Amino acid sequence: MAITKDRIALTGNEAIALAMKQINPDVCAAYPITPATEIMQIFASYVADGAVDTELVAVESEHSAMSATIGACAAGARSMTATSSQGLALMWEMLYIAAGLRLPIVMPMVNRALSAPINIHCDHSDSMGARDSGWIQINSENSQEAYDNLIQAMRISEHPDVLLPSMVTFDGFIISHCMEPVETYSNEAIQEFIGAYKAPYALLDIDNPITVGAIDFHDFYFEHRRALAEPMLNTVIPVVEEIGREFGKKFGRTYELFETYKLDDAEVAIVVLGSTAGTAKVVIDELRAKGVKAGMLKIRLYRPFPYAQVAEVLKNVKAVAVLDRSDGLAGFGGPVFGEIRSALYDLPKRPITTNYVYGLGGRDVTLAHIASVYNDLLAIVSEGAPQNLVNYLGVRE
Amino acid sequence: MANLKELSKKGNVVAPGHRACAGCTFPIILKQVLAASDTPLVCGSATGCMEVTTTIFPFTAWKTPFIHSAFENAAATISGVEAAYKSLKRQGKYDKEVKFIAFGGDGGTYDIGLQSLSGAMERGHNMLYVCYNNEAYMNTGIQRSSATPLGADTTTSPAGKVKPGKGQSRKDLTEIMVAHNIPYVAQGSPSHWNDMVTKVQKALAVDGPAFINVLMPCRLGWAFQPQYGMQIAREAVSSCYWPLYEVVDGEYKITVMPKEKTPIAEFLKKETKFRHLFKPENAEIIERIQAEIDARWNKLLKRAELGC
Repeated sequence: MAITKDRIALTGNEAIALAMKQINPDVCAAYPITPATEIMQIFASYVADGAVDTELVAVESEHSAMSATIGACAAGARSMTATSSQGLALMWEMLYIAAGLRLPIVMPMVNRALSAPINIHCDHSDSMGARDSGWIQINSENSQEAYDNLIQAMRISEHPDVLLPSMVTFDGFIISHCMEPVETYSNEAIQEFIGAYKAPYALLDIDNPITVGAIDFHDFYFEHRRALAEPMLNTVIPVVEEIGREFGKKFGRTYELFETYKLDDAEVAIVVLGSTAGTAKVVIDELRAKGVKAGMLKIRLYRPFPYAQVAEVLKNVKAVAVLDRSDGLAGFGGPVFGEIRSALYDLPKRPITTNYVYGLGGRDVTLAHIASVYNDLLAIVSEGAPQNLVNYLGVRE
Repeated sequence: MANLKELSKKGNVVAPGHRACAGCTFPIILKQVLAASDTPLVCGSATGCMEVTTTIFPFTAWKTPFIHSAFENAAATISGVEAAYKSLKRQGKYDKEVKFIAFGGDGGTYDIGLQSLSGAMERGHNMLYVCYNNEAYMNTGIQRSSATPLGADTTTSPAGKVKPGKGQSRKDLTEIMVAHNIPYVAQGSPSHWNDMVTKVQKALAVDGPAFINVLMPCRLGWAFQPQYGMQIAREAVSSCYWPLYEVVDGEYKITVMPKEKTPIAEFLKKETKFRHLFKPENAEIIERIQAEIDARWNKLLKRAELGC
């Protein structure tokens, strides 16, 4: 049966709020934070108009937002919240607990810089800091991807071989507040795709009482943490691939672990996350017209990180620049750089790698910035080594 | 009015074998609270003594469904459980009657969990929050909290050569909860089981949030012989150190009127944490404690008399 689609102009936040309406979760906990506020604001109007069945809990902090979502999910309800930046930072403690309790919470997360200095614009330091919390992280380039990813994240998180929370990220303001055409699907098609949620264990199952959040000493803690690692090591990646294909069959857009752009024969490539990928595609087209074999790898699934698959698509590239929209402050560049270097390490012949920290606090990333990275890469190929391992792109020094 | 015979028929609402200290009074409080309900319960707790001693994996002392997530958020967590219940029920996906109770110690309630508690009460969730108030961070080793009374010797307000224990008075959390204008607020003590059970039943019967602050003598932190917990709790009530009262829709009622108001020094004497107050140079502190108790008690009497 053909799926009814509408092509409408939406901001990223509007697209996400619409997806949440169509998912129709049982419980949502909400707390305002720029630039994610609109999501729950729009969603609250759906609640007020009776367009969803959701119980909206307008909590007094993001810590309570995640705590209430955890309580609701443990009770057996399909549960969501949304946040950004400092909000995610305040949820920190609870992120680990949501994952440790194996609760399939799905959360849109609008990428915004962390304080200090306070800044409301885009970078990835918020979600990067949560990369070891046990949450699946799915990045989106644009509103369409954010919309599609959120729907898929429900299936991924609730998959019986996964049962982990997911955050679907997209760039603050650049995507959250930018209007572009989004293809949307009918409520029925989305409901059919995600299916009804049946919690494997539920607090409200009073005839089968369970204790959630028990204390483990040294005799059990390690085993439980090892069990938590299992889906990250083995099951999430095939589930993400399978659901991406199924989504493609149903809605016409297939999703993989990452997107490659003109990478097959590329000699120089960049690795990037989020909206910058769109800018990079324009630069690559221009370079290709001039005969430069430029390509790109856009990471979609960041947690778990598909190391082997990444190495496979980058193995024939001569030089790779990893663009990090956050600084690891590790003395060794940003977090994505570390992942990519590590993924490439086992290759018999490794590409040369270099790192660019860019776009912090919403600093604009222009075509010229990306073009300069490719120029550097071409020089690295001819010289055999980068001048600097870690570079800062577009900053006044 | 609760009936002890009926209550005893409920069997073990909390399984034996939990690892609370010998002489701990929270298991008694827990039994009184849980036995009070005829409706099935879903409970939650903040991190603390109650949680760590009842849920040591692979065992649990909880016969009701139970959730612990973190320290400062028992109220927020249970508010999420209650929201799930409301939602599923409204959608026709769930048809049972359930009540919700969150427990927290004074650290998790007066201090780190105050925001979460205030938020949940203001939002009007249909839940009861029970603070088992042992007047310090006992689980981490007797550190002062904002519930710790003036002069108490704790590990972060030690009685030393120049400082005679905690220099500040207790925060009045019960009154802070009254100021939330929720339908039911009360103070309870495990020494008065009938009063306590009745209060829990009233709290669970209201439509909306309820809060009960229960004084919980801690044999480790207050430092008394394990057999004296209930006696000390009783003296806390008779000295008006811990008046038993309730505020129903804003109306005050003293539920246990002491026959004779006993001097606070008698209560303080029984706990090692106040031992240093009996040195002559600290006599003034005991007088201050007595004066504060008297002032609060008189205020309470007036409010109860006026019925406001």
